[in-house]
Amino acid sequence: MYALVDCNNFYASCERVFNPNLQKKPVAILSNNDGCVISMSDETKALKLPFGAPIFKWEAFCKENNIHVLSSNYPLYGDMSSRVMNILYQFTPNVEVYSVDEAFLEFKGFENYNYTDYGNQIRQRILKWTGIPTCVGIAPTKALSKVANKIARKFPDKTNGVYVIDSEEKRLKALKWIKIEDVWGIGRGLQKRLKPKNIRTAFDFTQLSDEGISKKFSITELKLKKDLEGIVTLQLDELTSKRAIATTRSFEYTFSDIDNIKERISTFATSCAEKLRKQKSRCHMIIVMLSSDTHKKDLEQHRASTTVKLSYPTDSTLIISNQAVKAVTTIFKKGIKYKRAGVIVTGLVPNDNYQLHLFEHENPKHKPLMYAIDGLNKKYRDYKIKLGNQDLKRTWKMRQERLSPRHTTNINEIIKVKC
Amino acid sequence: MLAQSTKLSFFVPDSSESFETTYFDSGISAGFPSPADDFKEERISLDKELIKNKEATFFARVNGQSMIDAGLGDNDLLIIDRSLSPSHNKIAVCFLDGDFTVKRLKLDNGDLWLQPENAKYKPIKITEENEFIIWGIVTNVIKKV
Repeated sequence: MYALVDCNNFYASCERVFNPNLQKKPVAILSNNDGCVISMSDETKALKLPFGAPIFKWEAFCKENNIHVLSSNYPLYGDMSSRVMNILYQFTPNVEVYSVDEAFLEFKGFENYNYTDYGNQIRQRILKWTGIPTCVGIAPTKALSKVANKIARKFPDKTNGVYVIDSEEKRLKALKWIKIEDVWGIGRGLQKRLKPKNIRTAFDFTQLSDEGISKKFSITELKLKKDLEGIVTLQLDELTSKRAIATTRSFEYTFSDIDNIKERISTFATSCAEKLRKQKSRCHMIIVMLSSDTHKKDLEQHRASTTVKLSYPTDSTLIISNQAVKAVTTIFKKGIKYKRAGVIVTGLVPNDNYQLHLFEHENPKHKPLMYAIDGLNKKYRDYKIKLGNQDLKRTWKMRQERLSPRHTTNINEIIKVKC
Repeated sequence: MLAQSTKLSFFVPDSSESFETTYFDSGISAGFPSPADDFKEERISLDKELIKNKEATFFARVNGQSMIDAGLGDNDLLIIDRSLSPSHNKIAVCFLDGDFTVKRLKLDNGDLWLQPENAKYKPIKITEENEFIIWGIVTNVIKKV
């Protein structure tokens, strides 16, 4: 059996743990740079604030409805997430951390367990120890556990946050209930192709023939169908390295001069290179993108991206930053007010296993240099060692005007108790 | 951490966390081996000593004098374990009507009281009208001297 454990409105729930005043009140969390809404409490969802709403447009609405709007506090969410995940390992050794707030669990040899009880124990322990509410869906396959989780979340009064699909009758009922667009792995593109065929629920999807699915779609959809039928086809993934690493940000102000943009790109490239080294990969390709403010329709718009292919894979900040900065000058257009930029590194290969180039290779001095830079930045924090083209005058701090304290990762910001 | 093959599950030691340990390594030399190697012990770690359940442990700073007789002074650091169950006589961090507070829990004939440990303060009776959460149990106090 598999379980999907999903934290309810994770970011908003984290804030509530340390500020119980927000309990039962509408809460909204903003993206990096206080751009748009990325997490909401149920109360905010009920007010119909759209997901992804740019806050500058919805400020008045939030005020009117007493929505508590907060900047995202990633150090806090990261720590709370690792607490939740570590607790899950107490229930089974087989855990796949699927995202910051969800994980799949596999139960092998638990046949004599009462799964509803076990699910309740998981939920209770996470709630008591961390204060984070979760929902648990348990079923014979991963895809079905996702469906069970949706049921637990949708009907809290009936399920108490835990739902188990353990009979054919329950499976069919669940598949007939869940809309095709809510099924795990059914993207918008696929949904568009399914709608005209009158496929509206997961059940309709499972009625298609295997041949039809593999002919018209792909092996992925066929696997999904099997999984929804209760035949285990999707295994628990071991932690795999990411296939691409991206750092993209909106700027606080717009920029129309190349120097500021070059600086941003260099900083983003540095961050990507660092993440590469952390997961012990190298990249073959760098994508650089640049965009004007798409919300300001009256201004001249320009969006562009370009790809740099490297002749040998690298994790060196010097090379990645250098190439990214060169690339951005080729797409930069004079007179445009740019609001957003990003660097993506992809074509990743493991550090210890990659093809060498016949004529070119990385300067062997880069490796120990990067090692030294990473070590120093880890030791002294706040990125003391930077490239010369980074952070022109330190005007770059992320905009976080409504940030809550880092209650669990900074001793100076822990909660204060009146006594 | 877990690596999987089709039939067997292998547990790989999780090396992501480093504990403070002393490692005596006298190397391979032809001389007399250090007798200390047979008595290796880990260095004392306050983290291990004071934190029994790290997923459920949080810290807080005391602000005020009401618990002075229990040893909780202004600016002291509290170690809070949320996994422990509240009971009579335990010291708890509570959320009461909009603020975090720390007091001793007293059960009296089915009533719950928050008992200060300072003669200048009065006990607080918790009623239906209060907005009240027991947030976690205080296990240790760390003070600067």
